[in-house]
Amino acid sequence: MTDDDRVFKALADPTRRFLLDRLFVRDGRTLTELESDLAMTRFGVMKHLRVLEAAGLVVSRRSGREKRHFLNPVPIRLIHDRWIGKYRERHVSALAALKNQLEERT
Amino acid sequence: MTTATEKRVTTQVYRVFIKAKPQAIWDAITRPEWAEKYGYACRVEYDLRPGGAYRSFANEPMKAHGMPDVIIVGEVIEADPPRKLVQTWHPLWDAQASAEPATRLTWEITEEPGGICRLTVTHDVSGAPSLVPMVAGEVPNAGGGWPFVLSDLKTLLETGKALGR
Repeated sequence: MTDDDRVFKALADPTRRFLLDRLFVRDGRTLTELESDLAMTRFGVMKHLRVLEAAGLVVSRRSGREKRHFLNPVPIRLIHDRWIGKYRERHVSALAALKNQLEERT
Repeated sequence: MTTATEKRVTTQVYRVFIKAKPQAIWDAITRPEWAEKYGYACRVEYDLRPGGAYRSFANEPMKAHGMPDVIIVGEVIEADPPRKLVQTWHPLWDAQASAEPATRLTWEITEEPGGICRLTVTHDVSGAPSLVPMVAGEVPNAGGGWPFVLSDLKTLLETGKALGR
């Protein structure tokens, strides 16, 4: 599985997207905090966090006795730069070509 | 308004996996000729010893926008090449950022199997609320913050070419 596959697979699940949304609102949450937002066992939440960590979308850090989870947007940015950025470029160059054509006519 | 009241983040953590040697990543972070090639394309100066100075210089387009010559200053706290760099980081690009206290930035490079390194950037932005959306890349037309810088660094080291150039 490539890095991109792992990211898309991780994002393909609503619970995992919900966890990312929670971390977007406030980063650095513990498992206990994340668990309290979900009607799911602690083990279930841990499993989802593991998938998110394997995809690089969540980075966990120990601070003292606690393990805190941070949203890491870099893998999404990489996908953006590699795919969306490419399409946008084409879009922009299409607009530039249109502008040139229109201006030539006048 | 849960987003406004809840979003009191003081630490941001960014991680990227790069197919490169630890020394190459270290050089890309700390050497002036490398730092100009990716991200915001600003030349940096590091005196890599505890207490040593760090400076980041505005590039020509930034100066044309009225930014000062030196846009970020800081001090090296710990330098363990090519594994760990801890520094303070104090932007001077506008009055608000200048008035906030210096923040703390930690770079960690860990070698993984298969010629891959894990680069983790931890930015403690305590006391500097104007930087929270800025370095996270959430301010429109202000570049893309750390996600943009690290994505571009990966692209440069793996392909020899940065994104915008």
